[in-house]
Amino acid sequence: MADTIELRDIEVWDGNMAASQALRQVQVDVVAAYPITPSTPIVEGYAGFKANGYVDGEFVMTESEHGAMSCCIGAAAAGGRVATATSSQGFALMLETLYSASGMRLPIVLNLVNRAIGAPLNVNGDHSDMYMGRDSGWIQLGAYCPQEAYDLNFIAFKVSEDHDVRLPAIVNQDGFMTSHTAQGVHTLSDEAAYKFVGDYKPMNDMLDLDHPVTHGVQTEEDWHFEHKARQQHALMTAVIPKIEAAFDEFEKLTGRKYNLVETYNMDDAEVAVVCMGTSVETAREVAEEMRVNGVKAGVIGIRVFRPWPLEQIAAALKNVKAVGLLDRSSPHGAMGALYNEVAGSLFNTDTKAVLTNYIYGLGGRDLTKAHLVSIYTDLKANADAGKVTTPLQQYIGLRGPKLSFF
Amino acid sequence: MEKQGWDGFEIGAMLRTFEGAVRDIATTLPENRPYSQSSSFTASVADWRIEKPLFNKDYCIDCQFCWVYCPDMSIISRDKKMIGIDFDHCKGCGICVQVCPTNPKSLLMFPEQKDEEAALAEWPKKEKKADAEVKED
Repeated sequence: MADTIELRDIEVWDGNMAASQALRQVQVDVVAAYPITPSTPIVEGYAGFKANGYVDGEFVMTESEHGAMSCCIGAAAAGGRVATATSSQGFALMLETLYSASGMRLPIVLNLVNRAIGAPLNVNGDHSDMYMGRDSGWIQLGAYCPQEAYDLNFIAFKVSEDHDVRLPAIVNQDGFMTSHTAQGVHTLSDEAAYKFVGDYKPMNDMLDLDHPVTHGVQTEEDWHFEHKARQQHALMTAVIPKIEAAFDEFEKLTGRKYNLVETYNMDDAEVAVVCMGTSVETAREVAEEMRVNGVKAGVIGIRVFRPWPLEQIAAALKNVKAVGLLDRSSPHGAMGALYNEVAGSLFNTDTKAVLTNYIYGLGGRDLTKAHLVSIYTDLKANADAGKVTTPLQQYIGLRGPKLSFF
Repeated sequence: MEKQGWDGFEIGAMLRTFEGAVRDIATTLPENRPYSQSSSFTASVADWRIEKPLFNKDYCIDCQFCWVYCPDMSIISRDKKMIGIDFDHCKGCGICVQVCPTNPKSLLMFPEQKDEEAALAEWPKKEKKADAEVKED
């Protein structure tokens, strides 16, 4: 039996330590990992807990991230509670196996510490890796600070392992800005944290020797479509209600309330930005300041990126006149993903908000308050004019001549 | 097997080997095991084969080498007696013939369409030891 740790009510943790403590508290059976900045301390932390007798699980050092996720898939198919962490290039190397994990309906939790993808090589934060995984069939949750990186791990295990869901889940946190920034984190006791997630309940596990199964079978045109449709059905119908139920239960336990779509100053907002990660916190501060200057500014933070909360987004933006969609990933030849997703969510509604897209923060470039003021100023002009007064896609915080498209 | 709709099967890229629970499966003979429809045991892959091994019991010493080495468990052996080949699953790789130690061999490869009686009638005779050593590479 693993030893427990008596945590203070508030610990000073960065996002990595918060995630690592969550993995310990839910007593993950297997962590298979390959180190990559900035996510390394998460799996290093778990390995330390294991070495010191605070978890009963296994830590497997693999030869690559592809091997790490493959090992996680094997352990999950065998019937264990499984987790790992990675970033950037490591996530890219995992990509093939991410589809295996979700297609095999294995509830693995991946802490993705968001980092730019090279070239040029870059260890700092942006959302390129998060975006790369968005069609991989994983649930994707987004944390804006260490507290949320901690809390959302419990939500991820609870939802992912539910037998009506059985889909792997990613908990995103911003590289360095969240992962290496220590803040006060309200903790759960080991007992309360474990009880919230509950014992792992295996399903079709290979270690059930009375019911032998083959995992990862081959299908061709005669079965593949049906399998993928079933996966989409679970993502589109089962996951959102389970996440909402988990958020409700978590609020009862901790008093901390999470929503599929986080709204700040949105009740009477005329202009709003939609963003993810640490940018949400900066935008909230700027929105307050804009209001002092008479601009009814609001902020929408995406908490659940996959499955995409289409109806909740449409409802949150119902009465807004101009919306700025802030994408922290190079769209490489298109409008940003948030622009397209939000446009798709609003198109068949009565909302005629003017939508514009901002590309910002690539490779760890800061999104300053001044940047957000200029964005809100653009949006106010769009709202007043009732039409787009700026290019549809603008680059923010970029050196050299102003860059924009459409 | 029956093709069900997207909501008509168990989730995951997962197939069950047996219908219901099984116990002591290792001591249950294959023909007595409750293999499921989705198990490869119930599917014939005979058409993958171009050449087939044929068995001549006159020379077999029941050493079980073929049973041990067959990669598809297609050598049927009971009570350590070689009794034949599972032609639904044999893919004609020829390993059983390679490992057969008798002189002449008790298993030989023939074209898929070869008549078994005709093959047995033209089975090679025992070779002198020196010749046999040359033949084995």
